Amino acid sequence: MNNSKLKIILNGLVTENPTFVLILGMCPTLATTSSAINGMSMGLATLFVLVGSNMAIALLKNVIPDKVRIPAYVVVIATFVSIVEMTMQAYLPALYESLGIFIPLIVVNCIVLGRAEAYAAKNTVFDSFLDGLGIGLGFTFALTLLGAIRELLGTGKTLGMIVFPEHYGMLIFVLAPGAFIALGYLIAVFNKLKKKTK
Amino acid sequence: MTYILIFISAVFVNNIVLSQFLGICPFLGVSKKIETALGMSGAVAFVMTIATIFTYIIQKSVLDPFHIGYLQTITYILIIAALVQLVEIILKKISPALYQALGVFLPLITTNCTILGVALLVIKKDFNLLESVVFAISTAVGFGLALILFAGIREQLSMVKVSKAMEGTPISLLTAGLLAMAFMGFAGIVK
Repeated sequence: MNNSKLKIILNGLVTENPTFVLILGMCPTLATTSSAINGMSMGLATLFVLVGSNMAIALLKNVIPDKVRIPAYVVVIATFVSIVEMTMQAYLPALYESLGIFIPLIVVNCIVLGRAEAYAAKNTVFDSFLDGLGIGLGFTFALTLLGAIRELLGTGKTLGMIVFPEHYGMLIFVLAPGAFIALGYLIAVFNKLKKKTK
Repeated sequence: MTYILIFISAVFVNNIVLSQFLGICPFLGVSKKIETALGMSGAVAFVMTIATIFTYIIQKSVLDPFHIGYLQTITYILIIAALVQLVEIILKKISPALYQALGVFLPLITTNCTILGVALLVIKKDFNLLESVVFAISTAVGFGLALILFAGIREQLSMVKVSKAMEGTPISLLTAGLLAMAFMGFAGIVK
């Protein structure tokens, strides 16, 4: 793989990280990160939809008339979301229960539609695939990190491993307010690091 | 009594933004001024009520009898997108004044996950049509309440000096966290 292709992936992972830089797709970011596993599954589900819809739209970009492109994109995205939804319901019912309504809500995740409009509609299928992969990985990374931090501070565990006893944990981080606060500090740290590397 | 409970639960206890995490994008995006927050809440209330009625009827009269529940996501998002367009066109003709007030917010609403979220939630909670309408309206009131409170705080916040890294989104998120904590105090009113 040559350098420019790698750059597309890194772009989504760091430079245009959907959570920390573009601040898109906040609803699933906050709602599904009560544990690292939940965050990661949500990230991977979105990754699949992103890669699928990016490729499909890049393939269809010359067929879709310009005027109805947004509804057409939404239908393509909704198709991939339904695939994820049904697959999860069949093979991972427990996870499907815990992510609940946020699986169908990937349809209205602005990251997916945003990439379709901003990238897939203008680039080749392979580049769009890489872009979907990069952005999806960036999103997965952010969600897993946030989930791990909330789980650690809230319950003293990370991915099921006990780090410190549970009664020292601050339950608030697993509940709703903790999501906002943890993400706020994470973005602040990311901003600080970015300034330093410049 | 059921309706009052649904109302209190949706507005305070299970507030759609602060405890369900739906509609965070407009919550962070259009909360810089109280006036825009008011306009957005109005538009959301309007579309949410109509969209819930339509999706509910389609679910019960088309999707359920024909056993095509797996088309739910696609159908709902298409109904909502079409409805938003329709509301925009009709409002422009019938009530230019209302269109002036809500117009700019309408296109934004298609990608507002509260609308799709509420449409899916009423099916999941097994509400009847009237309960669904009450739930949609109360959710919209809860959304408006959170949005306007937050806008009020942000107007004050814009005059305060914060450190460079915390500027913008991070400080807003922390504020939202404190607001969510305040709303946690309502927990226990309704089971």
